[in-house]
Amino acid sequence: MDLFGDPAQWLPFTFAGLMGASILIYVILDGYDLGVGVLFPFADDAEKDRMIASIGPFWDANETWLVLAVGLLLVAFPTAHGEILTALYLPVAIMLIGLIMRGVAFEFRAKAPDPYKPLWNNVFFTGSLMTSLAQGFMLGMYVMGLDYTWGHFAFALLTAVFLTVGYSFIGATWVIYKTDEHLQRKAISWAKGGIWGLVLGIAAISLATPYVSPRIFEKWFTFPQILWLAPLPIISGALVLALWTMLRRMPFAGDRFSWLPFATASLLWTLAYSGMAYSFYPYVVPDKLTIYESASAPESLWIILLGTCVVLPTIAAYTFLAYYIFRGKATELRYD
Amino acid sequence: MMETLLLSRIQFAANISFHILFPTITIALGWVLLYFRLRYNRSGEARWMEAYSFWVKVFALSFAMGVVSGITMSFQFGTNWPGFMEIVGNIAGPLLAYEVMTAFFLEAVFLGIMLFGFSRVPRWLHTTATALVAFGTTMSTFWIIVLNSWMHTPQGFEMIDGVAHATDWWAIIFNPSMPYRFFHMLLASFLTVSFLIAGVSAFRWLIGGRTEGVRSALTTALTVAALLIPVQIYVGDLHGLNTKEYQPAKVAAMEGVWETERGAPLLLFALPDDAARENHFEVGIPGLASFILTHEWDGEIKGLNEFVAEDGTPLHPRVAPVFWSFRIMVGTGVLMLLTSWASVVLMLRKNKGGEGRRGVEGLPKLWLMGLVAMTFSGWLATLAGWYTTEIGRQPWLVQGVMTTKQAVADVPAPMVLSTLIAYLVVYAILLGAYITVIFYLARKASRGETLPNPRRTGAAAPTVPAE
Ligand code: HDD
Ligand code: HEM
Ligand code: HEM
Repeated sequence: MDLFGDPAQWLPFTFAGLMGASILIYVILDGYDLGVGVLFPFADDAEKDRMIASIGPFWDANETWLVLAVGLLLVAFPTAHGEILTALYLPVAIMLIGLIMRGVAFEFRAKAPDPYKPLWNNVFFTGSLMTSLAQGFMLGMYVMGLDYTWGHFAFALLTAVFLTVGYSFIGATWVIYKTDEHLQRKAISWAKGGIWGLVLGIAAISLATPYVSPRIFEKWFTFPQILWLAPLPIISGALVLALWTMLRRMPFAGDRFSWLPFATASLLWTLAYSGMAYSFYPYVVPDKLTIYESASAPESLWIILLGTCVVLPTIAAYTFLAYYIFRGKATELRYD
Repeated sequence: MMETLLLSRIQFAANISFHILFPTITIALGWVLLYFRLRYNRSGEARWMEAYSFWVKVFALSFAMGVVSGITMSFQFGTNWPGFMEIVGNIAGPLLAYEVMTAFFLEAVFLGIMLFGFSRVPRWLHTTATALVAFGTTMSTFWIIVLNSWMHTPQGFEMIDGVAHATDWWAIIFNPSMPYRFFHMLLASFLTVSFLIAGVSAFRWLIGGRTEGVRSALTTALTVAALLIPVQIYVGDLHGLNTKEYQPAKVAAMEGVWETERGAPLLLFALPDDAARENHFEVGIPGLASFILTHEWDGEIKGLNEFVAEDGTPLHPRVAPVFWSFRIMVGTGVLMLLTSWASVVLMLRKNKGGEGRRGVEGLPKLWLMGLVAMTFSGWLATLAGWYTTEIGRQPWLVQGVMTTKQAVADVPAPMVLSTLIAYLVVYAILLGAYITVIFYLARKASRGETLPNPRRTGAAAPTVPAE
């Protein structure tokens, strides 16, 4: 089965690509619904219902991308899975508990007796916050090479805050897109407040990455590569500027372009993520373990690939379908 | 190190025990819902639709709990058991991938239609979606049971440099204990669901919600239980015979047999003492254990003393937990047999006038209360069964291939302890909330109020599939 050359080369690469794509899709999609959860305390009761309605049909499918990403890490790069998750033991546990809390709060806040609704609202907010902070912390720690020193720890705390604010930013742009009138105006002001989290987060990680790893420094600042990379910060800067001007003028007449902030934010997110992926490749555990060293045996990867080829397109197709079906503004919750 | 090992084991046991509770319900409930749906399609009687729309809510809630606790499971391997995937990842990986992907597949595509499409999509589509969800959960179970069974009876692989490589996937999938474990688990799921439906329906009946839907659900549940429990006992017996062949140390622990003996008694009570290597206060039926396991009254059963290393370290599991959890499972099974058969007999009695059967009215009030008390008996038996199976495999993680100790992560014990406590607190609260909400929904339904149908309610989109 050497159709495309050495399977010990291209199979790990393919799986790294699939995993990378899953993570990116996850941080954008679950990013916005986590963000909506983080913004919960700023909304009144009616607005909360509306915000839940705006993510209701999607959040569950959004979360499956995390399961897929971690599943691929687990089955395709088992040693890396062990190494990364052992190093991130506590933040992972906090994230999992957060995910459990917000996942069940969706069900319970609608099924439990009315007096308990505020309680489940709080569970939903707390779960979203824990998850976002934990993910930001893990991101920071990962960039620092999974190596615990006080400096790295402080950096990771910083990225935890930035990512959480960043999520609430993309969450706000989602609310802008899915709602109108008062709540939409409120969301615009949330977005204006949240954009700095994204900017500072991207800046912090961009500055820290080459600083921590001489290998990445080399990769960035040597001659022909630097030309390839230069557009990245330039386009990103332009996008941030565009977002800012856009938000100051919104809402536009007739609610035109209400989707634009969310789309722009997703693009910005994708650019930043590609930069990171480029820097870390071919390592899956920074500067310790490459994807080739940690991959499962090719014969096992083959079997997984077969399943993935069926499942991935289906999930993707369903995702498109769901977003198409539930396009337009979110309405009141309907109990029937 | 030892402390980390023990804490990690407890944590794993807590997480998987919590997870399994919900698939145990969703696996069979999916099929039961399909049955309700088909009955409704054929007869058009409102009572089947009533049953469907109540239990689909329990399904939705259980599924959500299954998903969130399943996510925890897939992280566990990395955080606590990195050695597992390092050594047998080539085999466990694909199997786990198929489990999660199957679960995914149906969640992403058909669940939405099933949960929220009763009156919004064409009937055939809704029926198909229900069937596919039931089929999907069953397939998901199949893959995870394949993996778990392979850990008990591994074959179809070779070790290269200390790492397992698959040589024969057919042998891996159809390993010797898989069929028994798979069917025993499926039946366990059906029994759990039967007693859940019976218990909740009896509760509704008692508090006055005597609708036709409740009557149908109760009758269906008790009939299914009465039909399946003998099958379960039979399959359990076969399962035990299989285990005797491949994991004799586990069977010795289950039966509490220390010395290899002929005509071993079936112990009804005993306090196994691992330190003294003997039982105290034995009460048993002579020869019965030998008869059950070998089908001869003086058949030979290997004793635990055969499984001790030269230097005296035991190569068998700790006896008391295996011995007792096995008895809890079998005891619950016997109780299920008695209750379900007696219920059916009570319901089949002729009416006073001699016309027709008594049906649900034939069940005395006290009896209904008994059914309510047994609502979660399936959970008890299932957990006890898994504890027998899993603790009985110790000290091995993959029988004869790797020990549990080889897999454990080098995480400081206090860290594991803190996460363990956090999980336990969350699980206890959620379990309480889950049970409360089920009975709350039952009370609400009995008052005739309509039930909320949340989760995917969102944008207005009539007549579209995914709502
Ligand atoms: C409603 C649940 C339920 C009930 C009533 C029973 N079981 Fe069971 N049993 C399970 C649910 C279960 C289980 C949770 O599903 C297990 C754990 C692993 C497995 O495959 O099934 C199990 C395991 C299990 C094992 C362990 C096999 C091994 O892994 O080595 C044996 C020997 C039996 N069962 C035998 C019985 C017998 C003789 C029963 C007669 C009353 C019985 N079970 C009732
Ligand atoms: C579904 C029901 C299951 C339950 C209730 C269960 C329960 C348990 C328990 C109680 C232990 C602890 C044994 C001890 O303390 O001596 C254990 C161990 C373990 N089981 Fe299972 N198990 C289940 C299924 C599985 C499956 C499907 C897998 C495989 C993927 C699995 C993998 C393991 C592993 C890796 C351990 C090692 C950790 C340990 O020894 O505690 N289990 N399980
Ligand atoms: C240790 C191993 C296990 C892991 C890693 C695991 C993982 C998962 C995950 C991640 C999900 C959610 C997938 C989704 O997002 O939809 C899930 C759901 C499910 N699991 Fe497990 N699981 C394990 C053990 C088991 C066992 C022992 C069973 C049954 C015997 C089981 C049966 C199911 C079923 C039927 C579902 C789908 C339905 C539902 O969520 O209720 N799993 N599992």
